[in-house]
Amino acid sequence: MLRPLPLLTAGVLAGPVAFGLLGTVLPAFGMLVPDAGTPWAAALDWPGLPRALGVAVLSGLLSTAGALLIATLILAGWHGTGAFAWLERALSPLLAVPHAAAALGLAFLVAPSGWIVRVPATLLGWERAPDLLILNDPWGLSLAAGLVAKEMPFLLLMMLAALPQVQSHRRLRVARSLGQGRIAGWLKAVFPGVYAQVRLPVLVVLVFGMTNVDVAMILGPNTPPTLAVQVTRWMTSPDLSLRAVAAAGGLILLFATLGVLALWMLGERIVARAGLVWVRAGRGLPERLSRGAGFLLAAASSLMVLAGLAALAIWSVAARWSFPDPMPEALTGRSWARFGPDMLAVAGDTMALAVLATLLSLALVVGCLEAEHRFGFAPSQRALWLLYLPLLVPQVAFLPGLQLLPLALGFGPSWPLVLAGHVVFVLPYVFLSLAGPFRAWDARIARVAAGMGASRDRVLWRLRLPMLAGPLLTAAAIGLAVSVGQYLPTLLLGGGRVTTLVTEAVALASGGDRRAVGIWGLGQTLAALLPFALALAVPALAFRNRRGMRHG
Amino acid sequence: MKALSMRLALSVAAATAFAVPVLAAEAPDPSDWRTVAEVAQGQTVYWHAWGGSTPTNDFIAWIGDRAAERGVTLEHVKLADTADAVGAVVTERQAGRDADGSVDLIWINGANFAAMKEADLLFGPFAEQLPNWRYVDVEGKTVTTDFTVPTEGYESPWAMAQLVFVYDSARLREPPRTAPELLAWASANPGRFTYPQPPDFLGTTFLKQMLIELAPDAAALQKPAGDDYAEVTAPLWSFLDTLTPLLWRKGRAYPETGPRMLQLINDGETDLAFSFSPGEASTAIANFQLPESVRTYVLEAGTIGNASFVAIPYNSSAKEGAMVVADIVLSPEAQARAQDPEVLGYGTVLDLAELPEAQRAAFDALDLGIATLSPEELGQALPEPHPSWATRLAGDWVARYGVAN
Repeated sequence: MLRPLPLLTAGVLAGPVAFGLLGTVLPAFGMLVPDAGTPWAAALDWPGLPRALGVAVLSGLLSTAGALLIATLILAGWHGTGAFAWLERALSPLLAVPHAAAALGLAFLVAPSGWIVRVPATLLGWERAPDLLILNDPWGLSLAAGLVAKEMPFLLLMMLAALPQVQSHRRLRVARSLGQGRIAGWLKAVFPGVYAQVRLPVLVVLVFGMTNVDVAMILGPNTPPTLAVQVTRWMTSPDLSLRAVAAAGGLILLFATLGVLALWMLGERIVARAGLVWVRAGRGLPERLSRGAGFLLAAASSLMVLAGLAALAIWSVAARWSFPDPMPEALTGRSWARFGPDMLAVAGDTMALAVLATLLSLALVVGCLEAEHRFGFAPSQRALWLLYLPLLVPQVAFLPGLQLLPLALGFGPSWPLVLAGHVVFVLPYVFLSLAGPFRAWDARIARVAAGMGASRDRVLWRLRLPMLAGPLLTAAAIGLAVSVGQYLPTLLLGGGRVTTLVTEAVALASGGDRRAVGIWGLGQTLAALLPFALALAVPALAFRNRRGMRHG
Repeated sequence: MKALSMRLALSVAAATAFAVPVLAAEAPDPSDWRTVAEVAQGQTVYWHAWGGSTPTNDFIAWIGDRAAERGVTLEHVKLADTADAVGAVVTERQAGRDADGSVDLIWINGANFAAMKEADLLFGPFAEQLPNWRYVDVEGKTVTTDFTVPTEGYESPWAMAQLVFVYDSARLREPPRTAPELLAWASANPGRFTYPQPPDFLGTTFLKQMLIELAPDAAALQKPAGDDYAEVTAPLWSFLDTLTPLLWRKGRAYPETGPRMLQLINDGETDLAFSFSPGEASTAIANFQLPESVRTYVLEAGTIGNASFVAIPYNSSAKEGAMVVADIVLSPEAQARAQDPEVLGYGTVLDLAELPEAQRAAFDALDLGIATLSPEELGQALPEPHPSWATRLAGDWVARYGVAN
């Protein structure tokens, strides 16, 4: 019963990617889609292609380098201090904030008529907003900045988790004793080890930066849009022959992504070489400047996301609110009365999808881990790559195929297809979150229980899983948040007929009704955050009489 | 990527080339209304309608409540683009799904109607058999032709639209009333005007509006675009070449939709916008979305007007229910509600003189709103060009201004 589960899980991860890529390659060469014509020529002839590719590469590299730099400076300069504890608390919830909701908030914050500009505008009595190309700029710089703010907490927490494994304290102590400054010592002695641990997450951030759709639709350029957005437009066009062009476009983006990944790995080597020279030279860094810059950048980017969410909340209850007023003229519950019921109904559908996807993922992950434990399967590096596969292959490269191939086999976009798509992206995160605590569980307890005659299933259900309730709930909360944030799988695999909070919020973003955007964005944020609050609260309540379980 | 709708038209044609004409088993007879209303009971109607405007969505939800009273369940399928619904029907025709289709009613006009009618993808004629048709202002309003294409009962009108320009009178005292005035004002105030990015229908309408004024002979626009296209449109492109660097963000970014353009006025980013619904500005003021100082006006030589329709696909699974909904939308009660600026602010398609006293009173009692023009101020609407012009204008615009080089 358990034995085939790891294989099945591998199939769930790799199958859709392989199947989807096949379904993308075939139409790109004129198969599957009727009247496809010459999709490659059509995609290559698209006049926006050079710019759209350039923006994708730029936003990917800038957002990854930026997020990595800030996360590194913060860890190197502040780990172990009170300020760091504060920052960690401020950043952790940001991890769960869906990309689209964060982007919607940021858009209002940084626009030339947004909250930031309204401060000087009110003071100086400006009637008109300055005509600055901050949002939707043709080079995607605001897109890259938004991605940095959202990805930095992710990388920071991944690096934080890697610190104990590289024995950072001992390494740092040695470096400091050799006369190195705090940051220089950390960079020289700890960073190489930590980076090796978080390399895959960094690559995930890089691929996401190049190929994301929802953030790019809100913050990215429009003349032309990024290639991922254009592929999505081709994919959702009523002209079916354009789906073949979308497939060709998705493959172009896949090749570009592979190229950039290779470039990044080359960069890793160059940095490693240069770092070695730097280590041997024994030179330091401007310590105070680096520490200050790291803290300032991290605090600013997390404050931006939080302020953006606050702006969404205020818009949702705003009466008239014109430029340059920093606050609405009055507050009203009218928008909630208008859009609230609809939003709550869709929130119910969203959660149903998320709960099912998470339960399926949890079942597979627990089955895999238990099989690993019972039969002694050893987790390999290759298995880790497999886990990251759906996150490393651009969504626009294999999701079109995942829509087109089933269509050719006779079943169209539908709710079950969306559910399957969500599992593919939820499963890796659930696995990564649960594997550590599950493997760390004290197996002696199982031996004692077996000695008293408990079967292995009974040990699993009555001991291991209850004792791991905390990590299980955390993994479930992460799974729910990932599912709530899935834009492209929902849009493409549902054929536009499955609506969730994120598809509605992104669709509304192009319209003018900021009050509706506020309510839907807020709904999406709460849908992702509430499970985390529950995951923290439930074990605290359930184990209030069991001291040994409180940190479980 | 050229001329998306034209490719759509081609795929419509391809889809129908091999289709065997299917006689629906129980094609309803619209003239037997009693049976229609009976069969409609218990049906669910999927109305595919543009979902980008929250007041419209609320109105459709209200229509759903009225439909429920007659035993019909109405589901609003919110579209980003009406062409999506056309595409769905085309796909179903290609797949041989000639009955039990997923689309029952479409909010439609212009190129989409022309394509569907041409390809026999519509059920009908039914419009003139609807009980409330007797109130429709057939003489005074363009409700039997749609962008020059005769409707022949294959779609039922529900709202009159006319382009009006929207400005904030607190910031802009004398808004421009001709294309040259617009250009002069834009060069004196760079960055204060923009339009939705074509192929958005409102952005494309702005191109058509300017073309009507700038073309050497506007009558050419009533015929399909042909060899004369380059010659007729040349003045428009030279106008846009001059205007683009004077636009908001120097034409390097555009708002995606009409409502977003209104928000730019509220945000103090632009001073001038336009809308296809004469009452939208008043509605937006009532919804706190625009400052109270906003007003509307039409251009000196008039502005484009057209009607919005609903049509029923040939393979709808709920044709009777769809007809009941179309009839509810035509009812004086719904029409008065649609014209209320607190709700939608759309122009009615009915002839008020034909209405019974009590129902006319509902219209008379409407306060059209502080920013809404009276019918006299709106004047005679200019006819829409043939759909082929919009298709080619939007495609050319994308190639010229939609992809930065």
